[in-house]
Amino acid sequence: MPAVSKGDGMRGLAVFISDIRNCKSKEAEIKRINKELANIRSKFKGDKALDGYSKKKYVCKLLFIFLLGHDIDFGHMEAVNLLSSNKYTEKQIGYLFISVLVNSNSDLISLINNAIKNDLSSRNPTFMNLALHCIANVGSREMAEAFAAEVPRILVAGDTMDSVKQSAALCLLRLNRTSPDLVLMGEWTARVVHLLNDQHLGVVTAATSLITTLAQKSPEDFKTSVSLAVARLSRIVSSASTDLQDYTYYFVAAPWLSVKLLRLLQCYPPPEDGAIRGRLTECLETILNKAQEPPKSKKVQHSNAKNAVLFEAISLIIHHDSEPTLLVRACNQLGQFLQHRETNLRYLALESMCTLASSEFSHEAVKTHIETVINALKSERDVSVRQRAVDLLYAMCDRSNAKQIVAEMLSYLETADYSIREEIVLKVAILAEKYAVDYTWYVDTILNLIRFAGDYVSDEVWYRVIQIVINRDEVQGYAAKTVFEALQAPACHENLVKVGGYILGEFGNLIAGDSRSSPLVQFDLLHSKFHLCSVPTRALLLSAYIKFINLFPEVKGTIQEVLRSDSQLRNADVELQQRAVEYLRLSSIASTDILATVLEEMPPFPERESSILAKLKRKKGPGNLHPDLDENRKERSANGGTVAASPTPSTDLLGLGSTITTQNSAPPASKGTSLLVDVFSENIAAFPVETPVAVGPVADENFSREGGFINPKIPDMRCLPLAPFPSRFVCKNNGVLYENQLLQIGLKSEFRQNLGRMYVFFGNKTSTQFMNFGWPFTVPYCAFFLTVSLQLNVHAKPADPTVDGGAQLQQILNIECMSDFVDAPVLNIQFRYGGTLQNVAVKLPITLNKFFQPTEMTSQDFFQRWKQLGAPQQEVQKIFKAKHSMDTEVTKAKIMGFGAALLDGVDPNPSNFVGAGVIHTKTTQVGCLLRLEPNTHAQMYRLTLRTSRDTVSQRLCDLLSEQF
Amino acid sequence: MQFMLLFSRQGKLRLQKWYVPLSDKERKKISRDLVQTILARKPKMCSFLEWRDLKIVYKRYASLYFCCAVEDQDNELITLEIIHRYVELLDKYFGSVCELDIIFNFEKAYFILDEFLLGGEAQETSKKNVLKAIEQADLLQEVYELVL
Repeated sequence: MPAVSKGDGMRGLAVFISDIRNCKSKEAEIKRINKELANIRSKFKGDKALDGYSKKKYVCKLLFIFLLGHDIDFGHMEAVNLLSSNKYTEKQIGYLFISVLVNSNSDLISLINNAIKNDLSSRNPTFMNLALHCIANVGSREMAEAFAAEVPRILVAGDTMDSVKQSAALCLLRLNRTSPDLVLMGEWTARVVHLLNDQHLGVVTAATSLITTLAQKSPEDFKTSVSLAVARLSRIVSSASTDLQDYTYYFVAAPWLSVKLLRLLQCYPPPEDGAIRGRLTECLETILNKAQEPPKSKKVQHSNAKNAVLFEAISLIIHHDSEPTLLVRACNQLGQFLQHRETNLRYLALESMCTLASSEFSHEAVKTHIETVINALKSERDVSVRQRAVDLLYAMCDRSNAKQIVAEMLSYLETADYSIREEIVLKVAILAEKYAVDYTWYVDTILNLIRFAGDYVSDEVWYRVIQIVINRDEVQGYAAKTVFEALQAPACHENLVKVGGYILGEFGNLIAGDSRSSPLVQFDLLHSKFHLCSVPTRALLLSAYIKFINLFPEVKGTIQEVLRSDSQLRNADVELQQRAVEYLRLSSIASTDILATVLEEMPPFPERESSILAKLKRKKGPGNLHPDLDENRKERSANGGTVAASPTPSTDLLGLGSTITTQNSAPPASKGTSLLVDVFSENIAAFPVETPVAVGPVADENFSREGGFINPKIPDMRCLPLAPFPSRFVCKNNGVLYENQLLQIGLKSEFRQNLGRMYVFFGNKTSTQFMNFGWPFTVPYCAFFLTVSLQLNVHAKPADPTVDGGAQLQQILNIECMSDFVDAPVLNIQFRYGGTLQNVAVKLPITLNKFFQPTEMTSQDFFQRWKQLGAPQQEVQKIFKAKHSMDTEVTKAKIMGFGAALLDGVDPNPSNFVGAGVIHTKTTQVGCLLRLEPNTHAQMYRLTLRTSRDTVSQRLCDLLSEQF
Repeated sequence: MQFMLLFSRQGKLRLQKWYVPLSDKERKKISRDLVQTILARKPKMCSFLEWRDLKIVYKRYASLYFCCAVEDQDNELITLEIIHRYVELLDKYFGSVCELDIIFNFEKAYFILDEFLLGGEAQETSKKNVLKAIEQADLLQEVYELVL
């Protein structure tokens, strides 16, 4: 059927499409399109009336241009005109244009609706179908208002042709999806259900979808569909494969209809009528039996269609969750698929087993496959399949296998894909908590999480471990000892410092008897991390220090010394400064008794649903969660003992975000709080007023929040609007980094091996402008600090704290790259201007590629190394669209600016670019090879990075691909 | 089904059908992201992936990728066969279809799809019936041309 010759043969359209295809560049294409648009516009506007054919041709061209991705802002009227043509092809193109380019222009909508109305009442089935397709495709509210009553009438009318019924059914389905309130049930509903009995399988297919959608909305109205669906299904599964003629697909009888019927049945509980129920069970058994029969064809379509029905049947079995034999058979069948050579089947088996694991009848059967699933985690090549394996391990976990599963997930975490790490962390944290028999295992597990994937451990996770340690006395000593040991590591993740600070502040006394962890040793250990940490962590550490003063009077002097130092008392950060001042005063004024009361050990947290679980739910939607997780809470409250009465809301680590507001309005409730306020209200005059502290409501809020003592929700600098650095800095070292009305930040930097130096210039811009108005303006107080990941060391030389109007301040940063990193350091700038505190946070353009040293090599060397780095983990590839013009010289400059040596004559294809270099970090050197293949025709690039370390490959690929 | 996309190995979109209301901007973003995601996948990988809150089912036929986005409870395998059936329909209509047929006769590709799927659900799964509908339309067209 060569349609091209037979079709409407719009030659002009074909020529235009050829022209577009022959365009050598995007620019040429745009030029050609603009020419065509001008031509069409003049034709539409011209004095001469266009004939239907021309109108159709031009509308079709506009459609083509729109589908290429260009905007079309005219031609709608001409398309609407085509709708009322009595020539089929013109009408058809008109409808297509309307369906694709919906325009909510109200004038047109009424014209369109009018044309549709005419076609619906034309009694010409072909025209009726076009109109129904259009309603279904557009599905707008206006159309629903106009036709939601008409379409059901067409659907159930006795004289409607089969093909029109099919269109009407699905048209109604679409209207019900977009405007369910406009599709009203009526006497037609009963007749729609009876379409399940229709002779024509196409009608049944379309109607089943409609009924399923409607049954979800009002199950009661469509209850009778259950028995009809079972009857229909039974006839299909027991039919010989040839019975259904063209509805048999690769020897499978009506697979689409079967799947739809099984889906419909999932809207209802198992049938109550024994006979219907028996018949359905028979159907499901037959489907399971067929899975064991030898295939009737080697074609993948045969097995796909057969298994599509099988999986849907298993979904129904799981949905009913009432027939143990069927559930176990389903599980066994899926177990076979777990080792199938088809990746698709392994994927689906893992997915489907996840839901089986939650049924009490099949949970044990699922568990028998644990080894296979663990193996899948290790050996599957496709991350989406590994993700399913993680999900299944999570779902099949219970007390008996928790230790094994948690251990496997932890070891997988070390090599897991970045995209799924955070989720694995959450899952491990939940399982470890839920199935912890002794909490030492739980503490170890969470510390391991921080060790292996610290960056992916969200606040909820470390809040939770603290909550649990506080609530369970039996683990407190162990936790203190373990965090103390973990903190000994030279480079530990900031999250560990947070947990360590909190736990030692509370329970450091439990290990202080050992001289190796004496109070002073503990303090020195914590304080050695202080300067590497971000502001929130430092704030937490300051709180730990004041707790130490209470726990260990012997270190009071040392700690007071630290608090008194300029870097604390005059810290640029208000929160840190305030804590230092307050804690110092508290420690010198309050008596031991008051101190002991104020700094008392944290009371137990109220038992509540794990916020980690809530987070996972947000991430995944409730469907993917273990349904019996609630049992967890019941179990624990049954334990009694440890569950204490609710303390003040402010002590609830997890509820802080939401309770602060109620806190402020309510008077301080706990004894500790009011004492703390008293202490200061008596001595408020003693405050050194000249210190630039924010006093007023902020300070009050902090007092009242201090009821529970440690408040992790101090203002977090990362919450400020964080300006990313312009991506050109990846390949450049100098330029203007940031600018607003007040301030300009310029950069000059140089890098050599793993070291770098960056000159940061802060320019006070606005002074001159304000001076003109006679406003003498200076920045009285300017300071900045850095938030740096542990993979980088950045040291700043102290700078003058003021920047005069119009002046520039220079700051030198010395940078050392410890190991490969992703996060750029954040430069937080604070200054007081016009009485308000200004905050600016920008990312510094310190990226991994800055530590590149170019390496020249021959073609032979290059390919030899390229092959050596052939493991799948080592290669990262990205295909992306060119964002800039694909200029060879610019590309070369960018690759060299990126830091790699550009190797000429290595790639056999001269239009490709290859580069090589070594990333220097303090701990290692990572050799990197890169290859960039431009495709000017498609305006695409393919970038391949191979390095000996997967994290480096990934990071460099991400950075470089942004440049073109 | 929420939408169906056809695109070439070079990432050029050849056909797009949306069954949910989305702005033009969102559509462009979705297509761009998804095309990139799928082109980055290696052959032999699983035909299904989770993408945002949707399930993506895709398959490559010669130079064209066919890609459907379905909802959580939808059946992946049957969606894969929807793709195949559509390919069969195109193949039968154009006579061993190739990418060029779809470029030059894009309107036909849309008409065939509308006969097969409507509102994102299978309307008529019989190959014979779908082709009969299209043939009738073509015939109608010829009759009119004769009259002219």
